[in-house]
Amino acid sequence: MSTDQPIIQMHGLHKSYVMDGVSVHALRGIDLDVQHGEFLAIMGPSGSGKSTLMNVLGCLDVPDKGEYLLNGQDVSRMSSDELALLRNRELGFVFQNFNLLARTSALENVETPLIYAGVHKKERDERSIAMLQRMGLGERLHHLSNQLSGGQQQRVAIARALVTQPSLLLADEPTGNMDTATSNEFLNLLESLNKEEGLTILLITHEPEVAARAQRSMTLRDGVLESDG
Amino acid sequence: MNWLAALQLALRALWRNKSRAALTALGVIIGVGSVIAMVSIGTGAQQRIAAQLESMGTNSLMIHAGSVTRGGVRTGAGTITTLTYDDAVAIQDLPGVVAVAPSVRTSAQLRYRGTNWGTAVQGVTPDYFTVSNWTVAEGELFTNAQVTSAAGVCILGKTVARELFGLANPIGESIVMKGIACRVLGVLNEKGATAWGTDQDDQVFVPLTTAQRKLMGITYINHIEVQAASREASYQVINEIKHLLRTRHRLQPDQEDDFIVRNRADLAKTSEESAKVFTYLLGSIASVSLLVGGIGIMNIMLVSVTERTREIGIRMALGARQRDILWQFLLEALVLSSAGGLLGIILGLGSAMMLSHFSSFPIAITPWAVVLAFSFSMLVGMFFGLHPARKASRMKPIEALRYE
Repeated sequence: MSTDQPIIQMHGLHKSYVMDGVSVHALRGIDLDVQHGEFLAIMGPSGSGKSTLMNVLGCLDVPDKGEYLLNGQDVSRMSSDELALLRNRELGFVFQNFNLLARTSALENVETPLIYAGVHKKERDERSIAMLQRMGLGERLHHLSNQLSGGQQQRVAIARALVTQPSLLLADEPTGNMDTATSNEFLNLLESLNKEEGLTILLITHEPEVAARAQRSMTLRDGVLESDG
Repeated sequence: MNWLAALQLALRALWRNKSRAALTALGVIIGVGSVIAMVSIGTGAQQRIAAQLESMGTNSLMIHAGSVTRGGVRTGAGTITTLTYDDAVAIQDLPGVVAVAPSVRTSAQLRYRGTNWGTAVQGVTPDYFTVSNWTVAEGELFTNAQVTSAAGVCILGKTVARELFGLANPIGESIVMKGIACRVLGVLNEKGATAWGTDQDDQVFVPLTTAQRKLMGITYINHIEVQAASREASYQVINEIKHLLRTRHRLQPDQEDDFIVRNRADLAKTSEESAKVFTYLLGSIASVSLLVGGIGIMNIMLVSVTERTREIGIRMALGARQRDILWQFLLEALVLSSAGGLLGIILGLGSAMMLSHFSSFPIAITPWAVVLAFSFSMLVGMFFGLHPARKASRMKPIEALRYE
């Protein structure tokens, strides 16, 4: 696959969902191209359709209408198993609150996506330990997720997102519950991963100061994406 | 996802909720345990009956004095007095008959010096011991001459010998029953209890005539044991005996038989059948508790799936396919049920052995019961684990992730 091709190609994408019996037309024609090595932030006030866009981008949901190619693969007609495979191979997620597995060690958390990728125990351990060491958590491998500080938890989350060497890191409101210092530390880490390793990052946030750290930012308003300058 | 990793996930998840897992498995432990214990008891009874069948020989017949109708009143079996020693002698001459053993039966209080013991007394001829497979442990049997002379002699069952004499040698000693002194000639080998618990060694044998004249004051007999040449011949012999006895008792064609002829092997077969039914009955009642254990698994797995909705969402986001989630939860249920099954085997075997040790009830541990109970527990785990596991695997990742 050529690297000239954008990682994400979205054209005229629509998605509505039903909530409490009311149909909400959340995305009304999204056009979006993300190139390799980009660090893009998508901003939007609450209710603008950010979560819905995130679900579609993350292959957790399929669009109603329009085209979405992830690394050249058409997501819109995939089965749930194909989507699972795609999430496993192409995407790394960092959720708000990190969503680490409760009462599970840092190492087991990081290993989880590799288990579903069918990687064998020995290689799984090697890759997960190496990734945690890179995140400065070499001493915390067997600590349970709830025994780790907020900053450590976010690094476990990033290690888990990156251990499969995904094409794209998706971060959904990652700094939502962080204090300024932790938030800065996290953004610095993302920045260095983007600059030094050419990791493609797509960050969704409602905070302008967080979006300002990205190379490019866009705003989602009433289900339509607008470029910021 | 490979199997080892899946199993590891299941074990870790169960380990995180140790006491809950243990309590859930307890239902299966009790279920499998009771199936094994119950089936062992039933099979034990069955095997004891089969052994008895073997010891009696499969070609012996029993003739009892029957009931009679007088003025519309039908009296019970054995009340009639038309069966005689001469009938037995006549039967002896029928073709296909190997041996005939007439007998009478009463009960008496035996006395020997300071002790006494109430037991069954049988008046028999020497042939009786052959026909009924009794052998002498010590001393000797009485002779036909002693029967003719109505001698005051007796042969003791093992239990009677123990109760009256303890460890002392009873041979040659004199015991008293109904005021008649009898010299002990011999002690029989042990036969043990029947499947229904009657102790066959708790009886004493005297010559037929001694019992008739001195103990009971009768001239008729209660019972004739007939040994046919073979099992096949026994059916023909039954018909011949019926014909012979009707003629000898001068019964008119419209009169009922005043005797009952039974094939002993057929009788034993019947009780063997009923023991089998008894085994199935016990086993199926116990299976209900195994089923209840399975429902316990389903209940806990459903709770667990709801509690772990977020975990399921995270796993799906990280690339778990539906079948990975399905297997994760199904394996948890299977681990619970198979661990429960293994511990249940130990519990079941243990309690069956305890029971036989403390109550002398016969038990037989059969491998098929153990295998069947264990596979049934696995099946229960599979069946009741499937619904919660499917529920987990069919969650939508976005909804599961948003679950609070």
